[in-house]
Parts: sequence; C-alpha cells; structure tokens
Amino acid sequence: MTDLLDFARGPALQFSLAVFVFGVVWRLVSLLFMPRLKDKSAIRSGAKPTMIAAVAEFFRRMLPKPEFAKRTRFTTINGWVFHLGLAIIVLTFAPHVLFIKSLTGLTWPALPNIVIFAVGGVTVVSLILALAHRLSSPVLKLISTMDDYVTWVVTITPVLTGLAAASHVGLRYETLLAIHILSICVFFVWFPFGKLMHGFLVFLTRGEMGAQLNRRGIKL
Amino acid sequence: MAEPKTLGQMLEARGISRRAFLKYTSYLASSMALTPLAAKAMAENLASARRQSVIWLSFQECTGCTESFTRSFAPTLEELIFDFISLDYHHTLQAASGEAAEEARHIAMRENKGKYVVVVDGSIPTKLDGAYSTIAGISNLQMLEETVKDAAAVIAVGTCAAFGGIPAAAPNPTGAVGVDQLVTDKAIINIPGCPPIPEAMTGTISYILSFGKLPKLDHLKRPIAYFGNNIHDRCYRRPFYERGLFAKSFDDEGARKGWCLYEVGCKGPTTYNACATLKWNGGVSFPIQSGHGCLGCSEPNFWDKGGFYNPLPAPIRDVGKVAAGAAAAGAAAGLISAAAGHARKKNAMKEGKS
Repeated sequence: MTDLLDFARGPALQFSLAVFVFGVVWRLVSLLFMPRLKDKSAIRSGAKPTMIAAVAEFFRRMLPKPEFAKRTRFTTINGWVFHLGLAIIVLTFAPHVLFIKSLTGLTWPALPNIVIFAVGGVTVVSLILALAHRLSSPVLKLISTMDDYVTWVVTITPVLTGLAAASHVGLRYETLLAIHILSICVFFVWFPFGKLMHGFLVFLTRGEMGAQLNRRGIKL
Repeated sequence: MAEPKTLGQMLEARGISRRAFLKYTSYLASSMALTPLAAKAMAENLASARRQSVIWLSFQECTGCTESFTRSFAPTLEELIFDFISLDYHHTLQAASGEAAEEARHIAMRENKGKYVVVVDGSIPTKLDGAYSTIAGISNLQMLEETVKDAAAVIAVGTCAAFGGIPAAAPNPTGAVGVDQLVTDKAIINIPGCPPIPEAMTGTISYILSFGKLPKLDHLKRPIAYFGNNIHDRCYRRPFYERGLFAKSFDDEGARKGWCLYEVGCKGPTTYNACATLKWNGGVSFPIQSGHGCLGCSEPNFWDKGGFYNPLPAPIRDVGKVAAGAAAAGAAAGLISAAAGHARKKNAMKEGKS
C-alpha cells in the first residue's frame, strides 16, 4: 500500500491544497469586492468606531445572550467542545505541526499523543451529538441541507481515520496514514464550497453585522 | 579428506557441537516466529541437507549486499551456511574469470537443472534492450532470463534486485527494474534492504533447506518473519514519540537525549524490516540507535519519497508554487465574479430595478 501513501502525500495533497487555496481566495475576493448598496443613513450619535464595533461583535457572539443561554446551552457547549477539540488536534498533534511547518515554515511545540487521543475521543462524541441534535430537532432538521450532512461527514472522517492511524488499529500503518491523508484531501476540496467556509467567513459576517448594527445605534 | 556431503558432516568436521547447532536452529526458529518443535525439525533437516547449488548474479549494484554478508561481525554459524551452499557463480567471490567463470555457471545450470537457486543482487536495466549493463557479452536481462529458466527459486537480495532500488530512482535513466517485474513464472523471495540484514538471508536459506518450501511472504514477497513489523513498532525510541518528545536536529538536546527522530525524517513507521530487533554487527546497533532516522531502505522507491530528512507528514510534491498559482487564479476569478456583479448592478440601476 506504499503506492497509495505516495499518491496521498503527492498528487492528492497537491491537488486538494490547490483547490482549497483557489476556492478560498475566489470566494473571499468576490465577496470583498462585490457591489453593495451604500448606507446613506447618518451614523447614530454615540456609535463606536466601525472597526471596534466589528471586532466586539465577533467576540460577543461567541456566547449567547443571557436570555437565550438556557435554551441554547447544549448547542453552545457542544459547539465549543468540538471546535476546540478540532483546533487542539489540528494544531498540536506532532505530525500535524510538522505538516503545517512543511507548508508555512511556522512551528510550535506539540502535545503528547495521549492528550490528542483523549481530545480526539471527546471530539468524535461531540460531533456525533451534534448530528443527533440536528436530526432530532424538528426545526434544525427542516432547515438542514445536504451541505450540512456532507460537511459533517468530511469533518468527522479525518478525525476517525486520524485516530485509527495514530493508534495503528486495523490496517497497516501506511494504509491508515494514506486513508487519513486522503480524507483530509476531501476536506480541503469541500472546504471552500460548503459550510466549512465559515472558518473564514465568520470573521466577515460577524464583523459586518456588528458594523451595521453599530451604525444604526442598536445597543448590543 | 572427502568433502562433507551434508551440513551435519561439515559441522562435525569443523568441530561444531550438536548443542551449538541446536542453539543456532532455536535462534533461527525463534527469529522466524516458529514453534520450538520447528527448531528441532530444522536441526534434523538441516543436518541432513545436501549442498544446494546457488548461482549468484550481480547486476546494477554496488556490492554492498555481498559485503554485508561476507563481512559480518564475527565468524558465526550463519557463515557456515554460506560455506555449505555450493556457490557456483559469484562475480566478486569466485576465483575463475572470463570464459571459465561463465562455463561454471553453465555447468551448474546443466547439472542441477530445476534444482538450483538463483540469487540476484542489483537491478536489471531494461532500456535499449538492456545495453546499459552487460557481462560476458550479454545483457543482464539476457543473463537473468537464461539463468532463471531452470531454477527452482529466485532470491532477490537487496532493494535493487527486489524493487529496482537506487538505479531505478527518478528519472531512472536505464529503465532499471526488480526481478519480479521480469520473472513471473518462478517462486521469488525478496530480501530487500540497503543492504539487507545478513540473518534475514541466512534464515531464509536455512528455512528453504530445512523444510523444502518457501517461508510465508508478505504482499511484496518478503519473508514475514523478518519483514512483518515496521521499525516504528519495535523501536526503542517509540515511548518518546508517544510523549511528543522529538529531536529537532541531529545535534540538539533531544538528539543527545535519544528522543524520537520522526521530525528529522525517520521513515520507521512505514518501513518493514527487522533492524530494530535483530540489529547489525552481531546485535550491536542499528541506524536509529546510532542517531540517524530510518531511510526506509527496504521499501519500494525509498529514494523518491520526498527526501530522507523530510518528515512523513510533509507533502512529497512542491505545494508552494502550486498554491501560489492557485491563489493568483482564485484572486482573478474573484475579481471577475465581482466585476460581473458590478455590471449586473449597473444594468439593474439603468433599468430602474434597484
């Protein structure tokens, strides 16, 4: 299966990263330069500087408003758990640090494997709970599209294949590693065109929302 | 004194006790994960084994494989196995030269038709009808075809003979290939490595002599007994990998403390060989123990896997230039999309729809 690993580390990774970069840049540039209607209303008195309002809104939306806290407790906590879990796995597992270093030249210390295994396990459970919640909530289910489910699959698959590869379970290591890398390639290809793009768009959408509401004098 | 006809007679003539021989076969049996009963059977069968005719063909190679076997740490029973086989043809070791040497090969082939074993070290060039390497006026390709025709089995020793090795590295100017890409109708055993571990060679030959059949092989035709585990799983530095402690260079504190060499390019996790268990020079050390990462030399195409010092997670193709091109193309596409949006807006304004 060495050839499969060569394919994964070679053309597959090269192609998927190219699609990822192309797609992300295309969407961001087209969004930033798209035509927009000028807000001709006067800036309300007492409004903060636009940039400060935009940044503040980004952080404010990380937690729900107190009046909604109880009702959204599960989605808030579960969302934090798998987002943090994914960040820890992607950014602090030694092979991932090496991968990022090979692409960017940037490096930092890695965490012990046992920590990554623990975080990986929690992340998988959290992602499964997120799907269960989506399927069991009538409203969420109604507004879900194929994009949501594909995004869920391409997110959880690298975590599962990564856990299998790191623990050498099932197949030979090089086969597991190849499957893991290929699952990441699929993730890269899907990223710009599905809901994963929120990884970039979240900064723009929240910031834009904060700037607009601030201009109109809405107290946040 | 008459030449001993069986290995048992030869050992007796050399003063090797039966106890020492049993110890050796027990070692061989355990190294191949065989049962204790197999050790006894091996001892009995080996003692009565008759001399095996071996024709050793050296093609595109560096003689490192032969050096590995003939310059082992100390005279051992393994060497006696080599003394015992009838090495009828070997460029480096045979006294005969020229036509006499070739005649020796033809005699061995004639007299042991269907019974002799062919050992190959070195890859076989195939471009220009094999003209890149010739011996005695014929190409390596012709010599291989001619010699394996009536062989009982073929053992490809070293990564060059098994998979093409270094001569097959990109751009592979001679069209070098391994034996099993050319020989498809014979039993083939690959014992790769650059060079291979001597015990893997002697163990495999002893197994064939003892049981008259090939040992269990993996999907790359390597004896599972010696190539069944990857280096990483058997490496004494593995605990440091699990704890996330890595040498960042070959002379930093981590290297001095013997931490894992994964970050400096060790290919142990994807390399199947017995280096970490049998080791070299009589079990003294192996490359990782000496402070250098595994190169993956017993795997196909090990020379072309993105560099010895690039870690396994790193892409093996240049991603930077492609990503830069993709970014430029993405930016252009984005600007075109935005321009189209502006044009639509302008038209809509004109038509009074906005």
